Amino acid sequence: MGKILMKGNEAIGEAAIRAGCLNYFAYPITPQSEVAEYLSRRMPEVGGVFLQGESEVAVGYMLFGAAGCGARVLTTSSSPGISLMSEAISYISSAELPVVFVNIVRGGPGLGGILPSQADYFQATKGGGHGDYRLLVLAPSGVQEAVDMVMMAFPLAEKYRNPVMILGDGLIGQMMEPVEFSDHLKSEPSNKDDWATNGMDTRNRKERNLVKSLFLDAELLEEHNLVLKAKYDRMKQEEVRYEPYNLETDYRALVVSYGTMSRVCKTAIDNMKAEGIEVAMIRPQTLFPFPIDPIRAAAAKDGCQAAISIELSMGQMVEDVERSVQGKCPVHWHGKAGGEIPTPEEVVDVIKSLIK
Amino acid sequence: MAKTYKKPEALSEQVTHYCPGCTHGVIHRLLAEVIDELGIRGRTVGIAPVGCAVLAYNYFTFDFQEAAHGRAPAMATGIKRVRPDLMVFTYQGDGDLASIGMGEIIHAANRGEKFTTIFVNNTVYGMTGGQMAPTTLKGQRTTTSPAGRDVEDVGMPVKMAELISALETPAYITRQTVIKPKYIVRAKKAIKKAFQYQMDRRCFSLVELVSTCPTNWGLTPVEAIKWTEENMLPYFQLGEFKTPDEVEED
Ligand SMILES: Cc1ncc(C[n+]2csc(CCOP(=O)(O)OP(=O)(O)O)c2C)c(N)n1
Ligand code: SF4
Repeated sequence: MGKILMKGNEAIGEAAIRAGCLNYFAYPITPQSEVAEYLSRRMPEVGGVFLQGESEVAVGYMLFGAAGCGARVLTTSSSPGISLMSEAISYISSAELPVVFVNIVRGGPGLGGILPSQADYFQATKGGGHGDYRLLVLAPSGVQEAVDMVMMAFPLAEKYRNPVMILGDGLIGQMMEPVEFSDHLKSEPSNKDDWATNGMDTRNRKERNLVKSLFLDAELLEEHNLVLKAKYDRMKQEEVRYEPYNLETDYRALVVSYGTMSRVCKTAIDNMKAEGIEVAMIRPQTLFPFPIDPIRAAAAKDGCQAAISIELSMGQMVEDVERSVQGKCPVHWHGKAGGEIPTPEEVVDVIKSLIK
Repeated sequence: MAKTYKKPEALSEQVTHYCPGCTHGVIHRLLAEVIDELGIRGRTVGIAPVGCAVLAYNYFTFDFQEAAHGRAPAMATGIKRVRPDLMVFTYQGDGDLASIGMGEIIHAANRGEKFTTIFVNNTVYGMTGGQMAPTTLKGQRTTTSPAGRDVEDVGMPVKMAELISALETPAYITRQTVIKPKYIVRAKKAIKKAFQYQMDRRCFSLVELVSTCPTNWGLTPVEAIKWTEENMLPYFQLGEFKTPDEVEED
């Protein structure tokens, strides 16, 4: 199949089907309602499940129930909706269920606005719900990458039996770009008979399965948390993904930026190159696990005078950049959170003001 | 009466943690008997609530999921939508179902989700120490209504079976109790009927069970039964409120 022009939100919906996810539960919210509209048409065509829940709270637990009995499931939402799902995300993480969440982030806090934003970085990477849990967070910078990440997200969720979140933004959801879809994946989590409540008859076993999150005994809860921690540590070892940009040059500054914002930064870096000023960028594709070591190594390079986190928020990812750079060079932040995206010219000015 | 039967296969060997005179145990047994009789243990998934029955799965021998407080109907929806062939029930207290989970139960019922809800109404939050619930009776003292439920302040106790029966979608809605053998027989029939409707993929079904919480009522098991009969049954009247047949006959 060749390239076709598609709106981000619709492409995400189609990618889910290609990834073998035939179960979708959601509640409408701008700027991602097109996913639900698209899948309300497509799911019946492929014999899948589409259900509009009564709230994001309920949707979170529909995902829990469905994933708990071994089905591949997806929801898409935007910031206020993800806040409501955060309770379920905590329970899903503890019960170790593979679920894929897409957050097409809009401005906040509160109702905020409907324009693109990256202000849910903390919520996605540090936990919006309670307890010691982590999501594997993927951050696409365009429609094709969003599609590829949806295809990746299901196997990752199943590999770790952990929720995966795709953190997009309003622009990625709304814009049209040419996309290509890869082949369909096998549609069932492979090891589900070991844990899913899919009925003893279904798996032809005498032992029943239990999906739960309560551990009243301190020792058992400790053990459970250590099991979860081991998974998060393994993710840090095996799943860090990032795109280096202009990193092979003698750059004077290192930009760290992701998603839509990173595209603007690339243009700014290209423009500065034309002027004879080299600037490098690391674009995290996974926000958790965060590319800590690559950023530290890049910031430590001779001649790098500053690391700058450029993000559509009031300074969230910059805390992870600081923790990565570990004092190898000064760390700065630049960003906007109202829904406007800084222009390449603005980015160029900011970088120039920070280097000699 | 349990001694005249052998233990149902769907019931585990574990001794329950429920207080003496608590009706949770009786209800578990009825459920297990029905599941055995219908031969559905291998394709049943129970959903345990947050409440005294949070560990209910320890007493059964089939698949179980443990819910967050009030969310069991949304979980049951998720399961039934992706696996309509599984037999699914939620087991919920009155705090769980009628307070924090009011939205989930109403919408699941209104969509006509084809699962069964076992609703244990004991007028209080048992697990957390007997606080007021939406079902606490007028004037009833609880740890958060020490002067008795003031209906001017917090409204009248919610009648869930009647409320859900008002929905237009076909459903089987009944209220029973298990405080005496004669009631237990009827309650079991109702549970079986509810599961049968589910098996035939006909409708959502809810069996409300007027129950006791002697511990938090500050009564002995015997006094609790008397209290239930004198105070709860006149307000929470027993009977069949809705059956799918009436609706379909129209
Ligand atoms: C979100 C949330 N809020 C509060 C609680 C605390 N809590 C645990 S059980 C319970 C009440 C349960 O009462 P009910 O549903 O009537 O069941 P019973 O214990 O009487 O069987 C509450 C409030 C909780 N676990 N989760
Ligand atoms: S506290 Fe009440 S509901 Fe809970 S087990 Fe004891 S008697 Fe039963």
